[in-house]
Amino acid sequence: MSHANRPAWMGRPSRLTTAAKGIAITVIVALMVFPMWVVLATSFAPAEEVVANGGFVIWPSDWTSGTYERIFAAGMVPRALLVSLGVTLVGTALSLVLTIGLAYGLSRPAVFGGKPVLLMVLFTFLMPAGMIPLFLVVQGTGLLNTFGALFAPMLLSAFNLIVMRGFFQSVPSELIEAAKIDGAGELRILLRLVLPLSKAVIAVVGLFYAVSYWNNFFNGVIYLDDSSMWPMATLLRSFTSGGLSVADATGEAGSQIAPVSVQMAVVVLATVPILVVYPFVQRFFVKGVLTGAVKA
Amino acid sequence: MVVLAVDDPPAQAPAEPASPAPAPRAPRAWWQRLRRDRVLVALMIPAVVWLLVFPYGAAFGNVIAFKDYVPFLGVWQSPWFGVDHFTRLFGDDRFWNATANTVTISLLQIVFFFPAALGLALLLHSVAGSTVKRWVQSVVYLPHFLSWVIVVALFTQMLGGAGVLNGWLAEAGMDPVQIIGNAEMFKPLVIVQMIWKECGWGTIIFLAALMSVDEQLYEAAAMDGSGWWRRLWHVTLPSIRPVLMLLLILKLGEILSVGFEQFFLQRDAVGPEAGEVLDTFVFFTGFQGGDLGYAAAAGLFKGLVGAVLIYTANKVAHRLGEQGVYTR
Repeated sequence: MSHANRPAWMGRPSRLTTAAKGIAITVIVALMVFPMWVVLATSFAPAEEVVANGGFVIWPSDWTSGTYERIFAAGMVPRALLVSLGVTLVGTALSLVLTIGLAYGLSRPAVFGGKPVLLMVLFTFLMPAGMIPLFLVVQGTGLLNTFGALFAPMLLSAFNLIVMRGFFQSVPSELIEAAKIDGAGELRILLRLVLPLSKAVIAVVGLFYAVSYWNNFFNGVIYLDDSSMWPMATLLRSFTSGGLSVADATGEAGSQIAPVSVQMAVVVLATVPILVVYPFVQRFFVKGVLTGAVKA
Repeated sequence: MVVLAVDDPPAQAPAEPASPAPAPRAPRAWWQRLRRDRVLVALMIPAVVWLLVFPYGAAFGNVIAFKDYVPFLGVWQSPWFGVDHFTRLFGDDRFWNATANTVTISLLQIVFFFPAALGLALLLHSVAGSTVKRWVQSVVYLPHFLSWVIVVALFTQMLGGAGVLNGWLAEAGMDPVQIIGNAEMFKPLVIVQMIWKECGWGTIIFLAALMSVDEQLYEAAAMDGSGWWRRLWHVTLPSIRPVLMLLLILKLGEILSVGFEQFFLQRDAVGPEAGEVLDTFVFFTGFQGGDLGYAAAAGLFKGLVGAVLIYTANKVAHRLGEQGVYTR
């Protein structure tokens, strides 16, 4: 740890304080990482070892990808992964188009219809759509039992919209006026001037949308009858939480739930894409894109 | 945690300045403004259409709460039912049980989650090395991005009947503890899960507040000979009190919403008496009980009370904002 940036008034911390902080941080990080590690280790352990050890493995005697091979041979999980990937990509792209369009319009002063539309958005904060009436809308629009039901009802998040509008508002209006005087149209200003300045906020909002699509299991539960159309999160839910009480009450895996090593491998497969994207966007949180916008 | 500080920043106000120069004339009639803004309006239309179809379509769909819904007839053809669903609702013990669970869990979240997030933020803030800090931040933010399905699976693997904790206890020759699937342990369990998942993410706003505390105050306090503890008590906490108050008020406004997914996934393991919250009550009466009109009435009641609470909370928060405690 470097102490170069400590201000003069702050005395050198005692060794005891430093040690206590170090221990506290280590414990917290361990509490976060250890459960994920156990899941990873269990999924790579031989299935017999998991059973012999009572349901988990912390350090497998032998790292094997056997469980994953079984899963991919069965076809159900790969299909769910494809569904999740497609829904996440299509949903995030559409969400960004809708959010950028509306946020940009609402960020411009005195735009036509700006006031009532902003009120419309804010009202959804006060009273989010109820589960039952939203189901009726999905039914009424003919989206029931189609992949569209997995993203159409959640295309726009008012929170993301407000974050993005706040960011657009911080673009100096002189820049926009100057571009107008140079003869640039509104579309050109958005695409060539504002969006390049907004890469950070687009990355963060895009991640929020992508994660919300990837993690959503509930749309699959209520809108899709056919389990072969389920995304990964819905499948995972039926693998794990579905038989949860039975497995816990008896302490042994009932016939209706998947073996533990399969469950854990599915958890890993559902988590990995988030872990892959996260580091690329994470630096923007630390930089404070979000806090600036949230506080606005 | 959604922070609803979305009122227009003051810089927005002079949209059409009364500039003395007869520069570009501001169009007056609505069709002139529409013509001027046609590109912007075209950009906004897709999102507005979506708003009208989904959240607003659903808002109109709430009429089902006043109908005796027959799926065969559809929403519009089903006969009117007056407020009978609501009278039944107010006499329904399961509904009041769900309400009590929701409010209890909300209050427990406030009591335990806020100190945990604030404590973690203070710890992170006091770490001098910025590389260590960034690494720790990356780790503690991560669970926020995991699905509740994954978080519940992780907890079962750690604390469940066949989990790590009970494995260790058995090795040490001790009796197993039943944490998962135990109605008595349900509320502590969901609070711990909540803290595990969201505590790190919750530090963001506290860290921003801590960063903006006036350095000179610390310097002056240190000159007066106050140690770490006194600086925390007399400088840090008073400086970030406005943010604390704001978050507390907003959370109180959302007291009827504890999150649906976490409870949906775990309710069956402990039964409805301990595990039912308002949102799961709506789901299970509507989709498993098949009583859509009744469930919609419960959802509408929760939505309306929630709207009043959130609105009030935001008004109060705004009042604080006007005193200059939560402005940029």
